[in-house]
Amino acid sequence: MMLCGIDAPFECLPAPLPIWRAQVTIEQWLGAARAVHSDAGRLLALWGSDTRARQGGFSVCAAYVVAQGLVCLVLPLYSERYPDLSAIFPAAARMQRAISDLLGLEADGGGDHRPWLRHSAWPRDYFPLRAEFSGQESFSPMAREDYAFVAVEGEGVHEIAVGPVHAGIIEPGHFRFSVVGEKVLRLEERLGYTHKGVEKLFEHTPPLQGYRLAGRIAGDSTVAYAWAYAMALESAARIPLAEPDAWARALLLERERVANHLGDLGALGNDAGFAFGLSQFSMLRETWLRLNQQLFGHRFLMDCIVPGGSAFTLERAGRALLLRQCDQLEIQLARLHAIYDEHAGLQDRFMNTGRVAPHLAAELGLCGMAGRASAQSHDLRVDQPCQPYNQLGVRIATHHEGDVSARVSIRFDEISESLRLIREICHRLPPITPSPAVELSELNGSGIGCVEGWRGEVLIALDLWHGNIQRCHCHDPSWQNWPVVEHAIIGNIVADFPLINKSFNLCYSGHDL
Amino acid sequence: MWTIIKQIARSGIKSEAPPECEASLALDEPQIQARILKILGQALMIRQVDAGSCNGCELEIQALNNAYYNLEGLGIKFVASPRHADMLLVTGPVTRHMETALLRTYEAMPAPKLVVAVGDCAFNGGIFGGGYATCSGVSKLLPVDVLVRGCPPPPIEILRAILTAVESRER
Repeated sequence: MMLCGIDAPFECLPAPLPIWRAQVTIEQWLGAARAVHSDAGRLLALWGSDTRARQGGFSVCAAYVVAQGLVCLVLPLYSERYPDLSAIFPAAARMQRAISDLLGLEADGGGDHRPWLRHSAWPRDYFPLRAEFSGQESFSPMAREDYAFVAVEGEGVHEIAVGPVHAGIIEPGHFRFSVVGEKVLRLEERLGYTHKGVEKLFEHTPPLQGYRLAGRIAGDSTVAYAWAYAMALESAARIPLAEPDAWARALLLERERVANHLGDLGALGNDAGFAFGLSQFSMLRETWLRLNQQLFGHRFLMDCIVPGGSAFTLERAGRALLLRQCDQLEIQLARLHAIYDEHAGLQDRFMNTGRVAPHLAAELGLCGMAGRASAQSHDLRVDQPCQPYNQLGVRIATHHEGDVSARVSIRFDEISESLRLIREICHRLPPITPSPAVELSELNGSGIGCVEGWRGEVLIALDLWHGNIQRCHCHDPSWQNWPVVEHAIIGNIVADFPLINKSFNLCYSGHDL
Repeated sequence: MWTIIKQIARSGIKSEAPPECEASLALDEPQIQARILKILGQALMIRQVDAGSCNGCELEIQALNNAYYNLEGLGIKFVASPRHADMLLVTGPVTRHMETALLRTYEAMPAPKLVVAVGDCAFNGGIFGGGYATCSGVSKLLPVDVLVRGCPPPPIEILRAILTAVESRER
């Protein structure tokens, strides 16, 4: 059948949303990328696998979002090289550098060959995702390799180096600013500091236990990752999911979205010098998390989603508490929204700051919540709704300005919509009890799970072989969005960087893996 | 302005009682302030370093700054520079890529250089331990005064560990 402009043997994976998969040739690989690009499709993820034992060579995979759903293309390789996609999709550049670091496969003609996830803690010929390495190797400290940041030259240009340890209580990463006076000419990011070897750890994890590791890839998105992992495993191993469990998962996903948006709205106020906002929103967030602890046994909802279902009990009394909390939050939110909107000083800092125009967002592939603030109206819950979203009619929130102000407004809008969804789910959800333990009914298979987390699309691609995890690729939307932050800051002043960065609130751990 | 003041008044005072660091030692807010002053001779300044956590521990440490835990009321504050810090609060399994940054942060601190390791990863690498990419725990690199387990530990347990570390330096 024809998809992405190519005729290939596509199979439809058993998944709650339409996911197509096919093996392709090199010509089809490039042809599909061009066709997806010209049809306004998006590159979702790009990764490599050591499939030498099964098919005699490595392979690379690309996942695209197109109108018909998700399309996963697998390209078997006969060498250690493959065609570059970064000329078509700029977001592919860093993913290709990661493939080079982890597997030693190079993109032909890809412009940037600097290491990305490997700093200098292990030798350059050590490729952790290759089968000959166990991932348990340990290396003694080595000589530091210099990283060639792009230098900006000219009169009065100087550099400011920030990180990896940042001033606040946040994750580590390095930012290199080239500035003239206060104005930023260029920002270059260097990430990878939190690389924990997660994808290799998956290979030593029993498939039915993998949800715990998936749920710790990014602490703020534990529900999205655990659901994506469960979806991938249920698809690969043909594990059935009862309808009420899908509803229970959506309830948790929306609570996760609200918790993060509340935290960000407070922090954004604070970064613009409005400490009152932080104080108010952090109180709302704390009461929200406390109810999570009370009803689901974990403040961030870790380990509440398991393959085959969910791991908590929710009765009528619990649902009443959830509903009451939605009512209370809505009242507070309306008051705070009005205060934010009417505060001239705050709006002055928010408006026109860190602007990503819609055409730039489209070109760079800005996704998720930040994308929607730049008129990229993509939301999996709307475009490819799985159960229960197909019965809830999610209303997408979008803005056109693409500045900090738009990313603040999107968060207010999305909290309101999530509260509506939580109420709807609470009214229609039957009592939930922990699901019985499941077994793998298929020992070999591939599955993909994709969930619209609070930040954007989280994807997990899983390959099972003889009942073990042969490969588990985890993709965070931050891969697409980090490069856009480099553009958002151009022409702004250094002092606005924390505010702009916070307005995207991207993930380091989920990106560095 | 009026709406802001009204909202502050409506919110009321949320601060809760501080945790006990030992079962026999229940102190109220002024008493804890006095203990910190007696032991350190000053308010307690903390520098936090994420040595590769999933961000869960950071979110709970941030939560300590909300009104419920009243951290600054106890005489405790997070600072941006290790040069201003009495205590290092470390999360994560210590990735190989954060090893140098963590050691340099520790070296930059003045005495008493208290170290509190937060979370299961900081204890022994937790779910991320044992691979090529991590050092599997803070104690592999630094002398740890107090360790708080949990994935992530709730804010109140982190606060308890901070107070216990201060008490442990009383001679």
